[in-house]
Amino acid sequence: MNLLDFFRERKKQTPASIAKERLQIIVAHERNQRCEPDYLPALQRELLEVIRKYVNVDNDQVQVALENQGNCSILELNVTLPER
Amino acid sequence: MAKIIVVTSGKGGVGKTTTSASIGTGLALRGYKTVIIDFDVGLRNLDLIMGCERRVVYDFVNVIQEDATLAQALIKDKRLENLYVLAASQTRDKDALTTEGVERVISELASNFDFVICDSPAGIEKGAHLAMYFADEAIVVTNPEVSSVRDSDRMLGLLASKSRRAELGLEPIKERLLLTRYSPDRVEKGEMLGVEDVEEILSIRLLGVIPESKSVLKASNQGIPVILDDESDAGQAYSDAVDRLLGKDVEHRFLDVKKHGFLQRIFGGRE
Repeated sequence: MNLLDFFRERKKQTPASIAKERLQIIVAHERNQRCEPDYLPALQRELLEVIRKYVNVDNDQVQVALENQGNCSILELNVTLPER
Repeated sequence: MAKIIVVTSGKGGVGKTTTSASIGTGLALRGYKTVIIDFDVGLRNLDLIMGCERRVVYDFVNVIQEDATLAQALIKDKRLENLYVLAASQTRDKDALTTEGVERVISELASNFDFVICDSPAGIEKGAHLAMYFADEAIVVTNPEVSSVRDSDRMLGLLASKSRRAELGLEPIKERLLLTRYSPDRVEKGEMLGVEDVEEILSIRLLGVIPESKSVLKASNQGIPVILDDESDAGQAYSDAVDRLLGKDVEHRFLDVKKHGFLQRIFGGRE
């Protein structure tokens, strides 16, 4: 290892900090899923069917998310329509 | 009434049985009447770690199926007056444990003991579910490593939603983190997640940190819970954890890299 590598090495993240970052993301994601009500996947499927009656969209172009804010919940529906 | 404590983790091989054996032994050493139950049906190992494998006549499943009484199945520890072990069965029948059966055995034990330690199997299947279902407190055993931390978080989710306390809307299970196989020198080099990192990710109270230690294998080879090796760092760390479990405020040790003395550096010392 030459001197230049030594300085480059120091700037890089450590394996432990990469692990921490990855864990924080996956744990936050899984915690969100945990609070989701059981009907969400079925709701997403049926919404997709309705939308498909009118527009041709792919399975992964519809996102359904439930967000809790204080004592009310917001159901967020995000549909990406194909280019015209 | 006994306090029921589950030792759980989700992931296998992180030190649940080692922890159950040492925490149970530590409580008995301090005068509390303690029983440790092995919930790992089909893969029993607590008996080996406790050194009573040749004295298992009846097991947990025999008691549940009423082929034996609790008095017949409880194995008294050779070393300590207040300590008992209830071994798991080696049956391959996955449905050997029932909620009603486990409830009956635990409530019978609860009226005769101060502490009931439930040694959970790995995974989130029936055995693991029943081990934590009746718990008042949980010790979540975690290694400073990504898969173990993720599985512990999953387990925390289950403790908060699928336990008896959660279902009845009672005060939630008290969750505590026990970080095992910790290497301060690797943390210092940035190779291993530090104790603060794991605490921050899981956000539960820290019960203790057990350093990576040769004494753990040495103890399990001999069937002696490592807490009884009071010269070892792991044994002392378990001892501190037991004191914290009992509400004492004990400072955390073994978190920093060991400073070797001059002679030790020249001749090499015992780990």
